Amino acid sequence: MSLDQVGINFVYVVSAALFVFGLKMLGSPATARRGNLVSAVGMLIAIVATLLAQGLDYRWILIGMVIGSLLGMAGAYFVRMTAMPEMVALFNGFGGLASLLLAWSEYHQHPAMTPFIVSVTALSVFIGGVTFSGSMVAFGKLSGTIMQKAVVFKGQHLINGALLLAAAGASGLLYLRPDSVVGYLVFLVIVLVSLAFGVTSTIPIGGADMPVVISLLNSYSGLAACAAGFVVSNNILIVAGALVGASGIILTRIMCKAMNRSLANVLFSGFGTTTAKAQGEGGSQGEIKPASAEDVYYILEAADSVAIVPGYGLAVAQAQHVVKELGDLLEANGTEVVYAIHPVAGRMPGHMNVLLAEANVPYDQLVEMDDINPRMDGIDVCVVIGANDVVNPAAVFEEKSPIYGMPIIETFRAKTVIVLKRSMSPGFAGIENALFFRENTRMYFGDAKASIQALVAEFKEGK
Amino acid sequence: MMTVYLLFIFVLAIFLGFELISKVPSILHTPLMSAANAISGITLIGALASMQTSHHGFTAFLGTLAVVLATINVVGGYAVTDRMLHMFKRKDKGGAQ
Repeated sequence: MSLDQVGINFVYVVSAALFVFGLKMLGSPATARRGNLVSAVGMLIAIVATLLAQGLDYRWILIGMVIGSLLGMAGAYFVRMTAMPEMVALFNGFGGLASLLLAWSEYHQHPAMTPFIVSVTALSVFIGGVTFSGSMVAFGKLSGTIMQKAVVFKGQHLINGALLLAAAGASGLLYLRPDSVVGYLVFLVIVLVSLAFGVTSTIPIGGADMPVVISLLNSYSGLAACAAGFVVSNNILIVAGALVGASGIILTRIMCKAMNRSLANVLFSGFGTTTAKAQGEGGSQGEIKPASAEDVYYILEAADSVAIVPGYGLAVAQAQHVVKELGDLLEANGTEVVYAIHPVAGRMPGHMNVLLAEANVPYDQLVEMDDINPRMDGIDVCVVIGANDVVNPAAVFEEKSPIYGMPIIETFRAKTVIVLKRSMSPGFAGIENALFFRENTRMYFGDAKASIQALVAEFKEGK
Repeated sequence: MMTVYLLFIFVLAIFLGFELISKVPSILHTPLMSAANAISGITLIGALASMQTSHHGFTAFLGTLAVVLATINVVGGYAVTDRMLHMFKRKDKGGAQ
């Protein structure tokens, strides 16, 4: 059996509808898993329909799909949940590169392109290339193989500007003479410039801003697929690419809002390269009140409601499972336990939720910042674990602070705050935290995992 | 005319995407991103259609590489999203074990 173009496109309409339904079902944790399946079925029927076209070279298709499936399955099966940001960064890059290669293959076959097709080919190559090399840099930064700090040097904006101009100029030349040797060389220049631009535009962004960067690259990978869809005049590529592009843009906006910064500021400022000295008034911050495991135990034991505020430090210490154990003990003791999660906690949007879900924390206990803040005054104890900037009251009170205006989880309004911390070093943004010096704050120093294990032991003894 | 028609689809799909995605709660943003990875593997469709028997050498190489990369995204993206969403449980069902 083979399908003609009309039949194939009819199947694409069905799979586009399934993608839309799938994404709609991602709107609630109860239906999300089925939604993902619906979306996968949409993809499967699109693939099958495409393979039913006439004149395809099944040899190479089979080899390619088998290799890709094995690598994809292995990655999906073995990746640790703490490494999800790296995985998503890699996938972003692969998506971008696949679109670049598709556009290249089209150009290689039919260099005599119409003006419109030349423009979208150049666009597809450029977005795809930037997505690929930018994602590789993001992957390197996230996995720690390259320096996580923002790399800023003199003339950086000039170089980026020059690269953009070069890409635009080369695209213009390609537009004039697509089907010549010069045209092909110019095409290769666009490929190289896009790869270079991906690197130079991602290295000035610091490790703390990676959630924004991978959201943005997620969006680019969709837009690259979209541009490739215009190159091959395929509407399913355009629809699916646009959905992904829109998703990445929304996530980018949410992340920027949660850090109270504009996208331009994230991309160009090299935030975190200078250690800002907040609280310019000097050392009038009050005293730190350290607490022992026993002290913390008595505070928690007497509490009616506890909000645990996790940050990425929790994942670094691999403490999510002991935290869950502590949460269970508190609940058994009649305490209401919730986990209050800041949008930028973790290293990608929603990362902390996945880490806690992995530790079997039920999702109805995972509370968003906007839901916990209004009832913060009624919370007896906030336990801050491995979070710093996202609970810094300077964002509310210190107009001079670099993080002023950033929405935070307002732990300082709870009756008591317990901060688990290894030492007094400042957080990612390099800003001192006034929370540690407040009247109602107790500092519980030590490694997060060992500290919570000590608390769990106290609870078990206390029974 | 074809161009206008494709742009038409593009603009509507972008708006639809905004509407759909803004309803996804923040606790599901990581699975959303990996699902987006899988969907962006849609390039696979274009890559498959480009693998004509009449093509040899460099074109076949570019096409096969695109098929490999896009398949990694499709298979890996959907599989890892499923693995993650499987972990999200309600309280009454196996929350505490």
